[in-house]
Amino acid sequence: MADGRAWVYGDDIDTDLMAPSAYLMKPADEVVQHCMEALDPTFAKSAGPGDVFVAGDNLGVGSSREQAPQNLQVLGIRYVLAKSFGRIFYRNALNLGLPALVCKDTDRISTGDRLKIDPVSGRVDNLTTGESLECEPLPPHLLEMIREGGLIPHLKKKLAREGA
Amino acid sequence: MSQTISEKIIARAAGVESVRPGEIVTCKVDLAMMHDSSGPRRQIEKLEAVGADVWDPDKVVVITDHFVHETDADSIRIQDITRDWVAAKGVKRYHEKQGICHVVLPEGGHLVPGMFLVGGDSHSPTAGAFGCFMIGIGATDLTGVLATGEIWVRVPHSIRVDVTGTLPGGVAAKDVILSLCHRIGLNGANYKAVEFSGIAVKEMSIDERMVLTNMSAEIGAKTGIVAADAKTLDWLRDAGAPVNGPGFESDTDAVYGQVIEMDARGLSPQVAAPHSPANSRPVEENTGVRVQQAYIGACTGAKLDDLRMAAKIVKGKKVFEGTRFVVAPASNRIRDRAAEEGTIATLVEAGAMILPSGCGGCIGLGPARLGENEVGISSSSRNFRGRMGAKSSQGYLGSAYTVAASALAGRIADPREYV
Repeated sequence: MADGRAWVYGDDIDTDLMAPSAYLMKPADEVVQHCMEALDPTFAKSAGPGDVFVAGDNLGVGSSREQAPQNLQVLGIRYVLAKSFGRIFYRNALNLGLPALVCKDTDRISTGDRLKIDPVSGRVDNLTTGESLECEPLPPHLLEMIREGGLIPHLKKKLAREGA
Repeated sequence: MSQTISEKIIARAAGVESVRPGEIVTCKVDLAMMHDSSGPRRQIEKLEAVGADVWDPDKVVVITDHFVHETDADSIRIQDITRDWVAAKGVKRYHEKQGICHVVLPEGGHLVPGMFLVGGDSHSPTAGAFGCFMIGIGATDLTGVLATGEIWVRVPHSIRVDVTGTLPGGVAAKDVILSLCHRIGLNGANYKAVEFSGIAVKEMSIDERMVLTNMSAEIGAKTGIVAADAKTLDWLRDAGAPVNGPGFESDTDAVYGQVIEMDARGLSPQVAAPHSPANSRPVEENTGVRVQQAYIGACTGAKLDDLRMAAKIVKGKKVFEGTRFVVAPASNRIRDRAAEEGTIATLVEAGAMILPSGCGGCIGLGPARLGENEVGISSSSRNFRGRMGAKSSQGYLGSAYTVAASALAGRIADPREYV
């Protein structure tokens, strides 16, 4: 399992920060360039494949806009860790196949740390500090959906099974 | 088994006798609502990828409110996609440019107490003011509902908020919910169903109850709800809804995860400072802040009662010359009723600019967008950094009373000095 760089932010990171309203009518590849720009203009330019988005409490508070987790995913974010999530953001991320994991110890992670994550056991190895952290395990039905790549492929399989 | 109103509606939708908090159940959806942002433009590809069609076009409501009134090529394209899709799918419950979805949904006669609904927008809990259980979901979850008519939910614990006593003059439902945002924080009700009760809530108009359930989203709630009463049924019948009865109510011995008591009598007008509704404090702590714009708008703050509150404050007066007083009624029906009774004229005489109905200034779109370094006060629900306009802009939140008083003063002002 490859490791990724951590991008660490605070509490109440809202969906307007991850997907500003003023660009929502634009094509997806344009919206993504503005992800987090009001807080950290370097993020959208520098985040890359395999990186991990880390936050404090209530990550994704606010709008139902799925572009928030979608932008993170498009920028290459592989996992999202937070002490707690806004409920719609949480569902949206998992539906897109982006594992959103509840980790109470995100304070122990700094931007730039190399993290290795096992979404099944919930174990997070911080290769930079040598520490291991625990995430709450995902409920089985969500883990299955994540394994299949999100709700769309999951539904496609399910409907095909039922139709057969 | 004793249950809360939310548990009863979920159990009914799940086809079971009763449910317990924490349990995961699959519910049949009575209606799915979406707008021009979460709707057709994001559903077409996803439905194709699933290989499914709309499960029941009669149970789908589409309301355009985000990218209206369209003037740029992207927004025009989105409106065309939306209109074509509802025609192709045979969706008859379609409202184009008639107002903001959370207000048009009840106005369109689509709601009946006891319904279980999903909406492709975070302020979907607004329907809770009508004794419905409605949750906000994202685009892919919506695809799942469109394809199957079902959704999984974790049964939420219920929080009961008892608002005792009568609200003083110049104080509104907005002040109750802003005060609650400060008290329990933006995740104070995360995943919970918030049930509002108490004398103050009973005395509130339906418009005012809608403010409480609407902003349940701001405390992280799965939904907010108020049991229907005679007022609710009258309102819905006036809208043409096929109402039979009040639906469900909580058992007197229902179990709550938490009970929060609020005393309406001691409440001051509240103002939320940038950049969070949780930064709400009594207006006295923010008076004097110079504002370039005072905005009455959005699903939260531009219903008929909000317009009346604003008119009550500005009647016979003129707004401050250096402040734009912008009013965007939440629906055409509200605009027409406000015009008929003279409320619009009162606002215009005071110097208000009336905008067409839509999400507009609440999400930094259209003429009410805040410019660089501008400060605005708004009757909407969220003042996250950059939401109402430029990244450098500063958004404050208050009731329609407080916004109107601030328009007159050119600074954040205490509406009790004007009522």
